[in-house]
Amino acid sequence: MPDKMSTRKINSYQKQKNKQEMQKMVVSFALMIFFTIVAFALVILEVPSTYVIPLLLILAFVQVGFQFFYFMHLKDKGHEVPSQIIYGGVFVTFLVALTFTAITWW
Amino acid sequence: MSMTSAQKSGFGATLWDWLTTVDHKKIGILYLAGGGFFFLLGGLEAVIIRIQLISPENNFISAGLYNEMITMHGTTMIFLAAMPILLGLMNFIMPLQIGARDVAFPFLNSLGFWLFLFGGLLLNLSWFTGAPDAGWTNYAPLSIQSPGHGIDFYVMGLQLSGAGTLMGGINFIVTIVLMRAPGMTYMRMPLFTWTTFVASILILFAFPALTVGLFLMMFDRMFGSAFFDAALGGNAVIWQHLFWIFGHPEVYILILPVFGVFSEVFPTFAKKRLFGYTAMVFATFLIAFLGFMVWAHHMFTVGLGPVANSIFAVATMAIAVPTGIKIFNWLFTLWGGSIKINSAMLWSLAFIPSFTIGGMTGVMLASAVADYQYHDTYFVIGHFHYVIVGGTVFGILAGLHYWWPKMFGRYLNEVLGQISFWTFFIGFHLTFFIQHFLGLMGMPRRYWVFLENQGLDTGNLISSIGAFFMSFGVIVFLINIIYTTIKGKKAPGDAWGSGRTLEWTISSPPVHYNFKQLPLVRGLDPLWIEKMEGNEKMTPAEPVDEIHMPNGSILPFIMTIGFTIASYGFIYQTGNKYWLIAVFAGMAIALICMLIRSLKDDHGHHISKEELERVGD
Amino acid sequence: MSHDHSIDPKNMPKDPSKATTEGKYKFMGLWIFLGGETVLFACLFGTYLALKDSAAGGPTTQELYGMGLVFLMTILLLTSSLTSVYAIYHMKNNDFKKMQLWMGITALLGIGFLACEIYEFAHYIHEFGFTFRSSAFGSAFYTLVGFHGGHVVFGLSWIIALMVRNSKRGLNLYNAPKYNTFALYWHFIDVVWVFIFTVVYLMGMVS
Repeated sequence: MPDKMSTRKINSYQKQKNKQEMQKMVVSFALMIFFTIVAFALVILEVPSTYVIPLLLILAFVQVGFQFFYFMHLKDKGHEVPSQIIYGGVFVTFLVALTFTAITWW
Repeated sequence: MSMTSAQKSGFGATLWDWLTTVDHKKIGILYLAGGGFFFLLGGLEAVIIRIQLISPENNFISAGLYNEMITMHGTTMIFLAAMPILLGLMNFIMPLQIGARDVAFPFLNSLGFWLFLFGGLLLNLSWFTGAPDAGWTNYAPLSIQSPGHGIDFYVMGLQLSGAGTLMGGINFIVTIVLMRAPGMTYMRMPLFTWTTFVASILILFAFPALTVGLFLMMFDRMFGSAFFDAALGGNAVIWQHLFWIFGHPEVYILILPVFGVFSEVFPTFAKKRLFGYTAMVFATFLIAFLGFMVWAHHMFTVGLGPVANSIFAVATMAIAVPTGIKIFNWLFTLWGGSIKINSAMLWSLAFIPSFTIGGMTGVMLASAVADYQYHDTYFVIGHFHYVIVGGTVFGILAGLHYWWPKMFGRYLNEVLGQISFWTFFIGFHLTFFIQHFLGLMGMPRRYWVFLENQGLDTGNLISSIGAFFMSFGVIVFLINIIYTTIKGKKAPGDAWGSGRTLEWTISSPPVHYNFKQLPLVRGLDPLWIEKMEGNEKMTPAEPVDEIHMPNGSILPFIMTIGFTIASYGFIYQTGNKYWLIAVFAGMAIALICMLIRSLKDDHGHHISKEELERVGD
Repeated sequence: MSHDHSIDPKNMPKDPSKATTEGKYKFMGLWIFLGGETVLFACLFGTYLALKDSAAGGPTTQELYGMGLVFLMTILLLTSSLTSVYAIYHMKNNDFKKMQLWMGITALLGIGFLACEIYEFAHYIHEFGFTFRSSAFGSAFYTLVGFHGGHVVFGLSWIIALMVRNSKRGLNLYNAPKYNTFALYWHFIDVVWVFIFTVVYLMGMVS
């Protein structure tokens, strides 16, 4: 098979682009770790729960946003249908979470 | 090459061909056959229910068996009859309508079918040892308390067939997004394809809720967890929410595809383009969207509180708006058309008033305050049979009459078709119209007997007589199928002469690769456009070239057998731990099949240009 | 249509995982599947939220959860998400060996995560007597976290099978989509974990 070639042969422009993208990924990873540390710190420092719970949720959503849009390329072209489907899933998730916290009566 | 195996004679070769097929058309037919079988079974159960209720304090069946009968009737009709028959129509027709040669994941398609079939068979095996008896909604804690293994069969059977349906949904979405013929933009897709698409999205988002609910039920019943056990802090309302978060979108999964069927039948037999195509598409989406936010209207009497009840009541009533848009669009499609009445058209025309009655009682039920009166009475039974029979079943029968020549190459007999239509139609209204009044008079649903001289005797008798009329209609339809298979009139490609969509551009039944050359779509109703410009057939979008087709595989069948054995093991391991051997053996079979599928390269096969040219069109 | 799935390095497609129609279908199919998975986990989270305070006299969330192990698990899984990004980066550069290497690191991190989770469960059972059957909270906790763990197990089996199967064959247009879909699936597992550590552990530790 002719595919065991070295990377040197592939288009250098494309290689450069891949590299740039990878740098963005590393930055978003650093941010994700940062958000995680902040989230844990908020709990360790015993910030009052009225503030900490919304803050934790916001941090989680931002972090998941990085995961979806950068790591999973949801922001890129050709991801229109996948992103609609994920938004649909998020919408249902919202409904379900609301249901089980607000109106699961007993 | 596997494509020639259909021509080989012999029972073994034919059986092998059907067991290994990944052809969407054959899988569609398998779905129709499987769903048809369960429809007859569910119908038989319905007749037994109606015989029991034909007179006051009747003793035809025992109270326990009656509970099993109503549970199995509902479960069978929804999960094993209506859904699979619709999936069968979607499977067969949708790829033809978008100009595709197969679905995106043929292997998964076959796996989905076998999972459905074996899930259904597993559920019905419970008849030998005691069927589920907690109603089709299977509410906890009743279902947790139910002795024996009936509920366990319900849980495992629905888990299997639900997984199959989910696969089907994912498959259809990918197919419609990526496999449309050149020129077939979204807004040129036929309405049946649109409704298949939207129903698949609903399947995707609704079925996981059922999966989770069934898992929780399985853990509680078989592994001693405490989700629904109040003594350990469990909460039975969780089951109701999960069931209806799935269950309400499910009714739209059942109705949207038949809305698509009617939107194909009316323009064809009125020889007019569908009125308000864009409005129809958006109404479909709106129904799906709203359909996700109304599940708690099944739970008005649970005590969710006035705020929640009001929100869900308003959302429920709002659904009447897009549905009304659709009804009016169908009426305007008929307006001024040159209408041809035949069986397919009769079922479609009968749908409009029947379904509208069901819709209006729906709005009545949506009023939370009034629902306290209607809840769990025959009024509810009357309502949902008007929408499910008057909507889904009429639509399925319209679709079968409409596409039968496409699927099997022969027309269903018109005389027999009309006999079965009129008997079924009259029987349907006899059975269910009176039930609204029985409910208003206070007859509760799911009761084994009713007392004499309470004003319920005549109504129940009429209802039971109607059930016999419906049975007669179904039997005539079966005779029609047999008659047509033997002596039916042969159909050309454009079987009705006024076809508008791509499925009518190819032979009846289609060749296994569907399109020799993919057609070029120049607008909505592509065949009609070509006809109006005096063209005999579609302009091809590609030269005749070799066609890549997927290979058949026995793995889905074996995998399903594995899952079924494991499910059986799960059910019985509660009593005897040796049954765990069945669990592990079954899972091992399934996992090995998955591994083989993953590791063995399968590039499909090619149909050569020479062969295509030899076959001609 | 070409019958050949090998990659021509001089004419390298921008994304080898989406160069064939099958690859495109797989990519789309996996995304749609993830949409369904979202709802699956939403329902499990919902059940957990409804039952988290139903400890039935057993240990409560505050008594149970510990910060250190959860932080370690989070870092392991987040890092494994990045390493799988590296693997896909090398796939796009047609560097099969490095891709396998980074996928291998991903799998090792996943195994590390799983080991922590098994330790955690064993710890709860032996130290606190907190089991699947002891309370509705216990059932909900083990089901939600266990479903996630089950997804990790499935993902690990998947990638190990892929790496072993293709170790001698190198990268081609037939197996590139398989690696790519795995990577997407693995990111999704990470997404679910972000909500688990936030909603289950951190919010459970806040009074």
